[in-house]
Amino acid sequence: MKFIKNFFEKTEPLVQKGGKYHWLQSVHDGFFTFLYTPKSTSKTGTHIHDYIDLKRTMSIVVIALLPAVLMGMYNTGFQHFKAIGELASTGFFEIFLFGLIKVLPIIIVSYVVGLGIEFVFAQLRGHEIQEGFLVSGMLIPLVMPIETPLWMIAVATAFAVVFGKEVFGGTGMNIWNPALVARAFLFFAYPAQMSGIKVWVSLSNADKVVDGFTGATPMADAAAGNITYKAADAFFGLIPGSIGETSTLAILIGAVFLIVTGIGNWKIMVSTIAGGAVMGLILNAFAGSAGLSPESAVYFGIPFWHHLILGGFMFGAIFMTTDPVSAAQTDTGKWIYGFLIGFVAILIRVINPAYPEGMMLSILLMNTFAPLIDHYVVKSHIKRRLKRVIVKEQTA
Amino acid sequence: MSEPLFSKKNLKLITDPLNNSNPITVQVLGICSALAVTAQLKPAVVMSISVMVVLAAANVIISLLRNTIPNRIRIIVQLVVIAALVILVDQVLKAYVYDVSKQLSVFVGLIITNCILMGRLEAFALGNRPWQSFLDGIGNGAGYAAILIIVGFFRELLGSGTIFGLRIIPESFYITNGGFYANNGMMILPPMALITVGVIIWVQRSRNRKLIEN
Repeated sequence: MKFIKNFFEKTEPLVQKGGKYHWLQSVHDGFFTFLYTPKSTSKTGTHIHDYIDLKRTMSIVVIALLPAVLMGMYNTGFQHFKAIGELASTGFFEIFLFGLIKVLPIIIVSYVVGLGIEFVFAQLRGHEIQEGFLVSGMLIPLVMPIETPLWMIAVATAFAVVFGKEVFGGTGMNIWNPALVARAFLFFAYPAQMSGIKVWVSLSNADKVVDGFTGATPMADAAAGNITYKAADAFFGLIPGSIGETSTLAILIGAVFLIVTGIGNWKIMVSTIAGGAVMGLILNAFAGSAGLSPESAVYFGIPFWHHLILGGFMFGAIFMTTDPVSAAQTDTGKWIYGFLIGFVAILIRVINPAYPEGMMLSILLMNTFAPLIDHYVVKSHIKRRLKRVIVKEQTA
Repeated sequence: MSEPLFSKKNLKLITDPLNNSNPITVQVLGICSALAVTAQLKPAVVMSISVMVVLAAANVIISLLRNTIPNRIRIIVQLVVIAALVILVDQVLKAYVYDVSKQLSVFVGLIITNCILMGRLEAFALGNRPWQSFLDGIGNGAGYAAILIIVGFFRELLGSGTIFGLRIIPESFYITNGGFYANNGMMILPPMALITVGVIIWVQRSRNRKLIEN
């Protein structure tokens, strides 16, 4: 492995100011610090550097995403062979390979486009490459339907990086989660390719499908009043849906990893799930009320915990809400922020027929309100402390 | 009048609003109509011409009357002048380009409340001679038109695949016809118009750095 380090050290003079390839400096620096600990130390005063910098943080989140990625690949193949009726005669590796071939190009497109834009901006603005995209680049493929054309992924990624992040000043300054900006962009720009019954299961030009195959997600079915899923399938991730969102089990493995390493905030995860559960219970309470259409009555009445394992709820709750940049920063704020995300997500999902999945919109909405929540939490904190000061003054 | 009609100073009244003091991208006026009528190019052009005509004519009329208008009621006088002109323009549009007039719907009437008009009347026509006021009206109308046409061009091209209703992106490219392409539905929605205007502001300010406020 020494030769890689040697290569970086040898090429360094070339990319310095005045060197032959000076326009590659931020790329050089980016790859070097990704692979090795940076050599630079602070020039003034005493600073203690934690070894876990932004790059390491982001790498840990990517590792936490791996179970969902692998499960997504397997499920892609599983849904394909199930749809064409060859599930029983196909081996595990063949199923996985099919998914791998389908999913890998999406991941590559997302990273190439996103990192390309990051490199250009870093060089133009003369700062280091920001690592935030390491996670976004993995999240973007995971929230897409499997049949999204690659050029749409590219356009959405470019939009998300430029308008979701760079216009605000880059990593750490964005208001919204960039991966969700990409998905929201596609959702509103190309609705035909992002919803409906043709995008969730890859048929790969197979000319025959089994009888009774519709291609609809369980949530779309549930909204129409048919319960077509088994809770166990939804939990293990063997239902149609966006690539990485289906398997609650894989996501929970990632969640444990995030919490143990201290990267993900458990308060937001717990409060989001609580919010979703409370809304589910409220809907259950209204399931029998008069005036509901029969379809709605079915959807209102599904057990509240089914909402947590269906669709993108769990994926959003673990990986999207906990984005440290766009979430609320205060501890009390995190509880409020998470709870409202879960609450609103299920509300949109069940009540609004135009949006079969509410998690994306709910997180984007609460991202917008996160600074406001923080503002009032801090204000009430100051008020409480101030009262104490005044009381002390009076008694003294 | 010793000054020639197209002296350097007068010409600046036309060229300035095109760039350094553009009513939309620099003064950020008239945004509402810029977002509403630019989903296609044709209404955007018609709207631009209407605003330019109303603005130039209103500027001249107010400038002629400027020494007789009592200061306390000047706003209402300006409104009456603008409203009268807008009604005239609306009638002309209905007579000659009825379909576009239908598309523009209330936005022709809303020229009355367009901030650019009030802004120019207050800031320029009340203190300058008719000829200069006319040039100022044309200039600001052109500045407004330039942005509307740029925004309308990109929104129609990417949102509908057409320019002035003529097909630019061939039908055979579309997914429904076996191709790979699809129109960007978000371009038709107002939020994307706002982002497009934002991009124009971004490009303009990165080329013209003295416009960047701190």
